Amino acid sequence: MTDALSRSYYGRPVLKRPTWAALDIAGYLFLGGLAGASSTLAGVASARGRDRLAAPLRVGAAGAIGMSLVALVHDLGRPARFVNMLRVLKPTSPMSVGSWLLAGYAPLAFTAAGAALTGDRVPALRRLARFAGAGAGLIGPAVASYTAVLVADTAVPAWHEGYRELPVVFVGSAASAAGGLGLLSAPLDEVGPARRVGIVGGLVELVASRVMRRRMGIAAEAYEQGRVGVLVRLSERLILTGAVAALVGRRSRPVSALAGGSLLAGSACLRFGVFHAGVRSAEDPRYVVDSQRERAERERARWERRMSAGTQGTQEG
Amino acid sequence: MATPARSLLSSVRGAGDPASDTGWEDHPPRVGFFTDTSICIGCKACEVSCKEWNGVPDDGYSFTGMSFDNSVGLGADTWRHVSFVEQRGPDAGGVRWLMSSDVCKHCTDAACLDVCPTGALVRTELGTVVVQPDVCNGCGYCVPACPFGVIDQRRGDGRVWKCTLCYDRLEVGAEPACAKACPTDSIQFGPLEELRVRADRRVAELHDAGVADARLYGRDPGDGVGGAGAFFLLLDAPEVYGLPPDPVATTRDLASMWRRAALAAGGLLAGIVVLGMGGSR
Repeated sequence: MTDALSRSYYGRPVLKRPTWAALDIAGYLFLGGLAGASSTLAGVASARGRDRLAAPLRVGAAGAIGMSLVALVHDLGRPARFVNMLRVLKPTSPMSVGSWLLAGYAPLAFTAAGAALTGDRVPALRRLARFAGAGAGLIGPAVASYTAVLVADTAVPAWHEGYRELPVVFVGSAASAAGGLGLLSAPLDEVGPARRVGIVGGLVELVASRVMRRRMGIAAEAYEQGRVGVLVRLSERLILTGAVAALVGRRSRPVSALAGGSLLAGSACLRFGVFHAGVRSAEDPRYVVDSQRERAERERARWERRMSAGTQGTQEG
Repeated sequence: MATPARSLLSSVRGAGDPASDTGWEDHPPRVGFFTDTSICIGCKACEVSCKEWNGVPDDGYSFTGMSFDNSVGLGADTWRHVSFVEQRGPDAGGVRWLMSSDVCKHCTDAACLDVCPTGALVRTELGTVVVQPDVCNGCGYCVPACPFGVIDQRRGDGRVWKCTLCYDRLEVGAEPACAKACPTDSIQFGPLEELRVRADRRVAELHDAGVADARLYGRDPGDGVGGAGAFFLLLDAPEVYGLPPDPVATTRDLASMWRRAALAAGGLLAGIVVLGMGGSR
């Protein structure tokens, strides 16, 4: 990086640092993904009669989304005004869309978990619970993926420059976390679906985040250096360990549980890594200025290629 | 440059007339600022008058050592900010002073307004962008969305604040406090179309006088924010003043982002269904 490209005003940030607290918002990125994918996995499990896998996933999903709601309201500058989130529905605001998704999803997840906890002992609730479980399972993937748009639709280089791959990273991460929760909590003779979802999700998460960083240019440095780099590398190791342990530990309850814990931890580390990389890239004017210069350079090159292709075309014609 | 992605949002994005695009009928012409930094003398009258008129709290009594700049940058409690750049000239001992009064750009395509989930940020009939403090719940989404790093959350208050282009003064026919106080007319207020003509004339004048580095910033309706309502004449690269060189309202890519997120969600659903169908162990 040349000095001429890195000029700034006394090294001051160009962008404002996101006001979001890491524990609240990175925590929500993890918990929201865990909840969404767990609901879907629970829906599939209960459709196949694997209730001892479905029940803990439903309870886990409700717990995760409950904590998410608390974190989200806690993070507001004016928590008492949280209900203003449902004042309008704006497709241009991923946070507005997300608020409505959560308003639909959370009651379904709570209902399904309530039924799972009471063991379907109340017959009148059984039909309602089945509907709630299916609904939560269908909305779950949207809850898991919209958060990628939420962070990517900002001027923060390490988030926006990855907007093409980030939804894949986030759903992979959600799947590996849900698979991890299943591996931790379900008995060996029903845990198969969670094992497969955890392994595949983890691999998707690993590969997609590598691809994202390779394509994003200068902002990828924010994921690689310093303490964020340690966190990102740790997440990769945890995911890989979890996936391998899930694969080889098919006959062992302790190894399966260890695999589940490792996948959950890896997913959480990745979300915190993405969050902190964004904050870092916003705080350092280098990333903002240089990634914009890079983009302008790319666009000019594309334009020049098109122009020269155009003149060649007319010469040949 | 109208990109295809932007045309997908054309219901809210039009030909540089944001008031009409947001549904205002029979509205007055769009107004804005033209800040000609070549005649800024760094007196900070704009900072002071802005604070006084708008009742903006103090932004910390700190001594930064950054030339004469102790208010550091725009923020919740600084709605006009004068930057001071000291450059060594090519000839020995020569120092060049660059001074520039920065302010909210009141973008044509305003990312802060796009992403605001509550509708607290609104487009006025004058084409400006204003926060409604009685609606804002302090979610903070506009803060990283702004490509200029203008809007910010006020400590202890929790809500976000920024320049209103003195909406209250405009309603009674007065010009914004900063423009009124500016002794050199470095800050000019008026209908945006007029300001653009005036700015074009001024930059041509400077080029004729041999100031080759003079350039307009935020003037072009084809830039990443659809042109700024408050634009500048600068004498060096934007980043030297702490401004982004090629700011983009990222909602420009939002249609593509939603498409990708929907595909990813579909993939997650299909993946779990397929993987969930296999054996039990």
